[in-house]
Amino acid sequence: MTQSAVDPKIRRSGRWVFVTGVALLVIWVLLPIWLLFVNALSTPEEVAAFPKSLWPSFDLASLSFFFGFSGVADALLNSVLVACATMILSIGIGAPAGYAMSRFDFAGKELFRFLVVMTRAFPLPLLALPLAVMFIRTGLDDTILGLALVHTTLALPFAVLITFSLFSGIPLELEEAAWTLGCTRLQAFIKVILPLAAPGIAASAVFAFVISWNEVFAAAVLTIENRTLTAFLLQSLDVSPLPLKFAGGAALVMPALIFIFAVRKYLFAMWGIANR
Amino acid sequence: MSRMLPYMLLLPATAFLCLFFLYPFSLVAIDSVTRDGVYSLENFQRMAGHWKFGSAFWNTMLLAAAVVPVQLVLALTMASIVSKLQTGRSTILYIFAIPLGISDLAAGLIWLSIFEQSGFLNSFLVGLGILDKPMLLLGYQTHWIIFLAIVLAEVWRATAIMMVILVAGMGLIPKEYGEAAQVFGATRWQRFYKVTLPMLKPSLQTALILRVILAFEVFAVVVALGGTQVPVLMSETYQWQFALQDRGVAAALAMVILGVSVAFTLLILRLLHVPKEARP
Amino acid sequence: MKNQTKLLSGLAAAMIALMAGPALAEPLFWSTQAKPVEESQKMRADVLSKFSGGVDYQASDEGPWRTRIDAELKAGKGTITVLGGLHGELSGLENNLVDLSAIDHVSIGDGLMQLGKLGTSEQKYIPWMQATYLMAADKKALQYLPQGADLNSLTYDQLIAWAKATAEATGGPKFGFPAGPKGLKHRFFQGFLLPSYTHSMVSNFRSAEAETAWNKFKELWQYTNPASTNYSFMQEPLLTGEVLIAFDHVARLADAFNKRPDDFVAFPAPAGPKGRAFMSVIAGVAIPKTAPDMEQAKALVSYMLKPETQVATLRATNFFPVVKTDLPADLPPSVKVSGPAITAMTEAKDALPTLLPMGLGDKGGQFNQVYVDTFERIILAGQDVKQVLNDQAEVLRSLMKDTKAPCWAPDAASDGPCPVN
Repeated sequence: MTQSAVDPKIRRSGRWVFVTGVALLVIWVLLPIWLLFVNALSTPEEVAAFPKSLWPSFDLASLSFFFGFSGVADALLNSVLVACATMILSIGIGAPAGYAMSRFDFAGKELFRFLVVMTRAFPLPLLALPLAVMFIRTGLDDTILGLALVHTTLALPFAVLITFSLFSGIPLELEEAAWTLGCTRLQAFIKVILPLAAPGIAASAVFAFVISWNEVFAAAVLTIENRTLTAFLLQSLDVSPLPLKFAGGAALVMPALIFIFAVRKYLFAMWGIANR
Repeated sequence: MSRMLPYMLLLPATAFLCLFFLYPFSLVAIDSVTRDGVYSLENFQRMAGHWKFGSAFWNTMLLAAAVVPVQLVLALTMASIVSKLQTGRSTILYIFAIPLGISDLAAGLIWLSIFEQSGFLNSFLVGLGILDKPMLLLGYQTHWIIFLAIVLAEVWRATAIMMVILVAGMGLIPKEYGEAAQVFGATRWQRFYKVTLPMLKPSLQTALILRVILAFEVFAVVVALGGTQVPVLMSETYQWQFALQDRGVAAALAMVILGVSVAFTLLILRLLHVPKEARP
Repeated sequence: MKNQTKLLSGLAAAMIALMAGPALAEPLFWSTQAKPVEESQKMRADVLSKFSGGVDYQASDEGPWRTRIDAELKAGKGTITVLGGLHGELSGLENNLVDLSAIDHVSIGDGLMQLGKLGTSEQKYIPWMQATYLMAADKKALQYLPQGADLNSLTYDQLIAWAKATAEATGGPKFGFPAGPKGLKHRFFQGFLLPSYTHSMVSNFRSAEAETAWNKFKELWQYTNPASTNYSFMQEPLLTGEVLIAFDHVARLADAFNKRPDDFVAFPAPAGPKGRAFMSVIAGVAIPKTAPDMEQAKALVSYMLKPETQVATLRATNFFPVVKTDLPADLPPSVKVSGPAITAMTEAKDALPTLLPMGLGDKGGQFNQVYVDTFERIILAGQDVKQVLNDQAEVLRSLMKDTKAPCWAPDAASDGPCPVN
């Protein structure tokens, strides 16, 4: 970032605008979340009161109610397992397809792309009935894998399209250079392409996780004994008293935030490589 | 071997989608064009004849038209900021990505707590002395506030999705291009417009398609903030499927959502066409 | 990278272990009731824990609830042992429910049992619990009651005058009505407002009296908090003070009475020229044909009817017992407040009980929609009352023709489908 030609005064004011912009955006993103936690950590009386305070009284009654539920730990584990399985399946199945679409011209390519887009454009609640019938008949019903398969259907379009756009952005010459140096196609892919695409792949993995984590409808229909946390809590929230709604919302948001925080390293660690 | 390779790579995804999407989808699609087992367009007639269908359709379009462009600009801004940052990049990126982890149900709840009559916005306005008592913001007489609240909530919730795709895409643009442009005296804006944006086309295309499709399925946030005041296609689908228990009409509505999504996808593909020879 | 592989393989192993785990033998109680988290927790801990072998109580939204049972019926096998739902939710499933007439039900009234036949000759569900709708008010609003009005025998005109006086005195409309997406507004029109003016729910849908009723409601709406279109449960706006007078389902007012029992009063719904119409809410338990263990299912249904189960259910859900039983003294405030008001309503001299729709099969939702659409068009969209009633009457008529449902109270009995005049 050398901008020697620019007057330092302009540069300083430009910098000031930049910092303010970043700060405003950070507030825009964080403030609503903060408000959710304020409500979740307030007493029921405070949640009903007016005017609202921007600082919670750190009352844990509403939140701890959820953790007193029998089965919350199991449901949490189920949610994590389903989400991880969804992540693995959607990348494992989606990334090869994305790569193929970016590197080859072949008959049926547009048809495939159309199918992928269509998957996401059709309301899932209507598909839940035929899927549930199929799962009950085959014994996939009420299993972690069964739900993960449905969630993969939701996440796959993201995985395919994101990896497609990523691989399209990586110059073919890099791969060709590796081939001329004696690499096989697979070796070239693993040694040259994969490191470059890793952040994007991580991003679509994060999507897959989050999509699965937040999905309620299929989870409520397809799991009974193996309820996910979302199906366990979220679907009854709209009829629960307000304080519990907020506490339930916070209880569900927190694990997702922790997950994104935990994987942010993978999301961005490769930045340096890509941006040499 | 080489000719078969793409098909082999596509095979798992295709098989998967056929089994878990195409098969159940075709059953629902058949539902939409049959009534009591015979072929009929009655479902579509009923759907179109319902007095709320028109407003549901236009509300959905209007919301998408209001939300997506704002998100595009915001996501591009956020992505550029992240790529410019020297220090604290991963913290800022993490913060920008946070709404990714928040479901639409939870987002609806959050924004409801801001806009409800005894909510945070009213507390703020009364505290500043702008209002002397809390004002009803989400009433049926003030449709525009409901609409604004939905737009804000959607922009807040779903911009991160585009942002992360664009960040990943920007990471792939070789720095040399920008530096070369700089050598030739291009301003920062020119560099963004002439170098970054064209190079970003594949990611931009993906981000837009995914976002637009999801915008047509907007539901939980709308219901949380607008109740039945702002009918959208998805809420009408729910209504017909579950409250009115007419699966045929619900299937017809779903086909409309699908049709609109496909039409816009084709449009975006055409507008943001990435010619083969121009690919890096 | 190595750590990641380890993590993944560990996860995979855990997943396989989980998937192979045997299904539990606890019977599944699949319900749309007691859905709020606090209530379902009480159902599990206080109501069902004494059933031998335990019960897996799962409450869900109507959408997933219906999708799941439909899927099991279609697949021809299932895990749902007992279904719990409102009358309207169970109707439409009648061809797939087991006849329960063998269950001992002597202590349940005949009228209730009749509803459970869903218009067939078999006992399709057994009534499980009941509730009704009431008015509630913040005591602060009582000072604005019109002269000579008695809270226990209010008329619609008095209610309007009261709402008006309250609005003028407090600087804003303070009547509240659950017109939100999950609100039960249709029941107010079907079972309270219209019959009070027309002595009918269906036949006199577009009569001159019905027009009067809607115009009265239009008047009341002027003093109704416009946020009502967002309210699904009136307990919250009552607690926040956004609303001082409200109408809702007893279970949806309960939180207000329980949190601040000294601040709120409950009283009967108002009366119109044709009487004080009110509607009960009935929830039933039923057994789907696909239940995995019939014996266990029937045992669970019987268990739900035991007096002590019924009292525990009352505590958990604020729904009242369907069997005759003495209520203990230590009930929550909501029950203590609403109980006398319900009695005052059902035993009023001008009481006009109305029944839940019968014989509509899976068209119950469309029946409700007729009333909701009428409300939205007349009140919210401000369309011409007569025109809207004429339009909607046609929808209602074709619905009655399709389902061939005969009239139910308060409409006079009919041969064949209930006519819409």
